Amino acid sequence: MKVLVAGLNHKSADVEVREKLAFTGEKLEQGLGALLALPHVREAMIISTCNRVEIYMGVEDPGEATRQVKHFISDFHSIPEGLLDKALYFHTDSAAVRHIFRVASSLDSMVVGEPQILGQVKESFHLALDKKATGVLMNKLMKKAISVAKRVRTETGVAENAVSISFAAVELARKIFNDLVDKSVLLLGAGEMAELAARHLMNNGVKEIVVANRTLERGCELAQDFKGRAVPFSSFKEEMVHSDIVLCSTGAPNYVVFKQDLHNIMKERKQRPVFLIDISVPRNIDPKINGLENVYLYDVDDLQGVVDSNRHERNKEAQKAEDIIGSEVEVFERWVASLQSIPTVVALRQRAQGISEAELERLFNRLSLDEKQQGAVRQMAQAIVNKLIHSPTAALKEDVEDRDQLIAMIRKLYDLNGD
Amino acid sequence: MGAITFDISLAFYFFAMLFAVLDLSKSTKTFPKLMLISAFIGFGFQTVYIFYEGFSLGHVPFVNPHEATSFFAWCIFLLFFILEYRYKVGLLGAFITPMAFLLMFVSFLLPSELKPLSPVLRSQWLGVHTVFAFLANAAFAMAAGVGFMYLVQEHYVKSKRLGGLFSRLPSLHVLDEINYRLVTVGFPLFTVAIISGSIWADNAWGSYISWDPRQIWALVTWLIFGIVLHARLQRGWRGKRAAALSILGFLTIIGAFAGLALLQKGQHVFL
Repeated sequence: MKVLVAGLNHKSADVEVREKLAFTGEKLEQGLGALLALPHVREAMIISTCNRVEIYMGVEDPGEATRQVKHFISDFHSIPEGLLDKALYFHTDSAAVRHIFRVASSLDSMVVGEPQILGQVKESFHLALDKKATGVLMNKLMKKAISVAKRVRTETGVAENAVSISFAAVELARKIFNDLVDKSVLLLGAGEMAELAARHLMNNGVKEIVVANRTLERGCELAQDFKGRAVPFSSFKEEMVHSDIVLCSTGAPNYVVFKQDLHNIMKERKQRPVFLIDISVPRNIDPKINGLENVYLYDVDDLQGVVDSNRHERNKEAQKAEDIIGSEVEVFERWVASLQSIPTVVALRQRAQGISEAELERLFNRLSLDEKQQGAVRQMAQAIVNKLIHSPTAALKEDVEDRDQLIAMIRKLYDLNGD
Repeated sequence: MGAITFDISLAFYFFAMLFAVLDLSKSTKTFPKLMLISAFIGFGFQTVYIFYEGFSLGHVPFVNPHEATSFFAWCIFLLFFILEYRYKVGLLGAFITPMAFLLMFVSFLLPSELKPLSPVLRSQWLGVHTVFAFLANAAFAMAAGVGFMYLVQEHYVKSKRLGGLFSRLPSLHVLDEINYRLVTVGFPLFTVAIISGSIWADNAWGSYISWDPRQIWALVTWLIFGIVLHARLQRGWRGKRAAALSILGFLTIIGAFAGLALLQKGQHVFL
């Protein structure tokens, strides 16, 4: 049996395609059932997230199975096969093993190092396990993928470095405030990037989000979205007294917040720290403000600088992670290979055992032995069987290159191919 | 037996410092563990040393410069363990253990023989005064160490160069908070030390204060930390200013210690 993966991700397919092929809710269960019904598929598991749809399988004939699975996907989601060609990728054997290890370790994610994917892999695996869709191969593969991901997380810094501007902003906020739960965010203007960053802060549990926009209507809309409140743009200075994080992107052509403003605000705040993020180009916050005590101002370039240095760090760490994965793939491949010889080992033993049983029966029919004598003869026969099959068994279990050849030879020598 | 337990604890404190510094250079889980274990063993031996000395002397064992600096280091480690347990602050050891080890090393160099304690000084106030004074000083020392960490981290955030120790140092909020806690603990302890010291002085010499250099320095230190607290509560002097002021306060303490121990003048001859 071999590992086969068929899938698409954020790199191979646009979101329009991904959402059409997603296995959501009941579809996932139905999909698993339909996959297992395919003649070449023995085991199956489906990972379906917003960034990827992947089907992992244990199959007998990867070539034939690939054809069948493609057909199945097109059938199941009612999409012509021709459209799938560009989006779908297929990996078998060690390439497939490497792929799932990289996915679980978040090396294949849109934001490399993001932690959610491992949870999604686990969840998908448990669902397939519940539906009894997996077997020896998938169980071992997924357990290994999870442990490899944990190893990558603890032994490398891949997960530590945020690589998007919003991530970087949140990371910085944490280094200033430690905990964001009691922090208020002020959204000054409603630019797209500021909105994204605000959403990120909200996911990290900030207390409230206040929107001050030039058109109050749009401000209200956004505030509703964030379950916050909107205030008139003109009152943003009063609002800043209570805001710990200010996201600014007003689209104004000049500075909106000046040093003197903030100086006064800081006095009223009793110098409680403020983190200002100026995402507007041209900038809306006077950069001199960073010189004030307990005020930390980052503009887009500063954040980009953080992201770049993180990315550089991360690439180094990602190489380490790839090395770990490489060695783990080898270990897994050896296990899969040893799996191949198991049927032969079993057949060999059965064959020898069968001959011995038959001969013993004939012997006992001819001679009248008492129970004790029969036992002794039986023991001797068993010892001969064991000793004779010991070395071929050991050879089969050994890690050799031409295992397939060896298996074929042993099957021929011991006549294991006939049914 | 006394001297041996001291030497062993000195050696283990050295290892603790070594592991703490190694932890700075490379992030692993082993170094902080080894650092804590070494510090703990050193602390154990030093505790035995202090009790042994105490019993053989019949009074508190910090009445010469050797014992005083050693006890100072002991108090710092005590607070260090409490902070580690309470806050689990990354890299704290790297900033604290060198300071404590240095004190131990100075103590090691100082002569340990004792001049007999003059009868006027034999009083239960001796114990109260010195224990409170050293606990307070240890709290201030820690506040300075944490304040220094704050300045380092704040420099990273302000300058927008986030390499080095940035990701491993705690957040500014946590460092500021710990600094504040340490000063609020240290200040009342120091106040008790000053009050008990003047009662003791009154008992021994008949006046609460005799304006000897040590006493003046103590008042200066008390004033500095009083300002740290007052300015924070009234005017929001937090973060950088609080950190810098607590370092200044600690330098005052060290200056007083070093200067007066060398001069050997005044009524605090032993300190």
